[in-house]
Amino acid sequence: MSWVDAVIQGILIGGLYALFACGLSLMFGVMNVVNLAHGDLAVVAAYVALGVIAVTHVPAVWAFLIVVPIFAALGYVLQRTLLQAALNRGVRTTLLVTFGLSVVIENGLLQFLSANSHSINIGSLVSDSFSIGSQITIAYLNLAILVAAVIVLLGLQYFLSSTQNGRLIRAVADDPEAAQISGVSYRHVFGIAAAIAFGTVALAGIAFGMFSQFDPSIGSDQLLLFAFEAVVIGGLGSLWGTLGGGILLGIAQEIGANFRPADQVLAGQLLFLLILAVRPHGLAGRREAT
Amino acid sequence: MTALLEVRDLSVHHGQLQALHEVSLAVPAGAVHAMIGANGAGKSTLLRTIAGLHRPTSGSILLDGTGVTALRPEQRVAAGVVMVPEGRRLFPSLTVEENLVVGTTSARQGPWTIQSVYDLFDWMRDRRGQHAAQLSGGEQQAVALGRALVANPRVLLLDELSLGLAPVVVRRIYALLPRLLESGVTVLVVEQDVSQALAVASRLHCLLEGRIVLAGQPAELTPAQIEIAYFGQTARGRNGNGRSGINGESGPPVSAAIQPADGTGQQEAPGGGA
Repeated sequence: MSWVDAVIQGILIGGLYALFACGLSLMFGVMNVVNLAHGDLAVVAAYVALGVIAVTHVPAVWAFLIVVPIFAALGYVLQRTLLQAALNRGVRTTLLVTFGLSVVIENGLLQFLSANSHSINIGSLVSDSFSIGSQITIAYLNLAILVAAVIVLLGLQYFLSSTQNGRLIRAVADDPEAAQISGVSYRHVFGIAAAIAFGTVALAGIAFGMFSQFDPSIGSDQLLLFAFEAVVIGGLGSLWGTLGGGILLGIAQEIGANFRPADQVLAGQLLFLLILAVRPHGLAGRREAT
Repeated sequence: MTALLEVRDLSVHHGQLQALHEVSLAVPAGAVHAMIGANGAGKSTLLRTIAGLHRPTSGSILLDGTGVTALRPEQRVAAGVVMVPEGRRLFPSLTVEENLVVGTTSARQGPWTIQSVYDLFDWMRDRRGQHAAQLSGGEQQAVALGRALVANPRVLLLDELSLGLAPVVVRRIYALLPRLLESGVTVLVVEQDVSQALAVASRLHCLLEGRIVLAGQPAELTPAQIEIAYFGQTARGRNGNGRSGINGESGPPVSAAIQPADGTGQQEAPGGGA
């Protein structure tokens, strides 16, 4: 029975990983930017949510409505300035720039907010749960995060397939130069994609802050890695692959933890390596994605 | 000046290499100018620079007397300079119709709409939901042309339409040129297929190593002149004895296009097709 529970808990946590991963996947898919600051940005979002809640005393859930738009705007501005400047010098430069951003963010947080860990207080909701049978307990928060992840992915899917900006994002992802000579400002479209990616990472960061303790270093130590693994397992270019990748990663971790708590992260890593070895384009990814 | 598109002393570098040497060119409204030349002569570079994809080292590009040299490619589309790129460059993960819709992003007002493109290529309406990657080369070229037309260009830049297409398909596409001209489009075409260029152009320019070495109306130019301009003086002897008429990819089909080429036979009417 504990195995069934591990799988169910893995599925639930997988929603959170998918939320982390979809922004990373989008930025790589559209502008070839591997955002190494992705995890740190999630942590910043959690800190900003803490600040917003402390200052305005709004209920924790409302923090989303304030922080996510701020991060979307930040994403657009950062893409149009720093990241575009890096892209103009070559895709590899973006790795250095986002790595530098990651270091600056992490150390800035350590400097000004200390290494103490925090959590976004959502009262009793964090521990409320319901039971199925005698062995399986499902926390409302975990379920809510999974549902939110599915809604976000559905929304993203609709946006990309059926709206004007979504169509332009796909066109620019296919061929930025051909998009330019078709009259599309690819820089603006890159900005929109970055805004979406930053919005989702803020969402994921705040959800994580409610779900768990966070500190300045967890972004690059864990969150970036998990997001990266979920993207690779699921396959680039597929939103539902990303959800599947997040869920598989979650299941692997929970099963690993079932053996020994210390094996939790290791089990996820092993699945990641296995997928890389056997199916490098991921479960749902297109083969030409490199 | 009555030229709609004017290029003045345009020099372009690719890193250390100078691809264009002070090229000047004037295309009057309603004309079809063709640019021919061997591989690496700078034809595509010229067209891509006019479209805004390369930044010139010096020189300027004017549309209807207004400088567009500082504009980004998408801004030039809005001004009316639109290119059909070499190799079609459709968006493979978008459908035919979505490719056309993307083409309308910076569209000017004008006669061309997605519907009128469907009227021009009647098969396209039925297959508008297909992904562009599933089309044949000729069909993709038609969609690429349609994607440029829906922007309602004043100047249409056609880069190597014939590349990789069967001659019959190429002729069918070039046969549409009169209808494009009727709609008020001015055309600058880059073409390796000299016979095709001679057939459609009101004026021919030949690029050799980044310089325009020959320009004139097709009827005024002799095959020998074109041949020298195409290959350069030094290559003349090498090519002189081997009139194979092979329509190869690397060599120009000059000898095939202009059959009675004895060097003296002037004013040969250029044949319609190879």
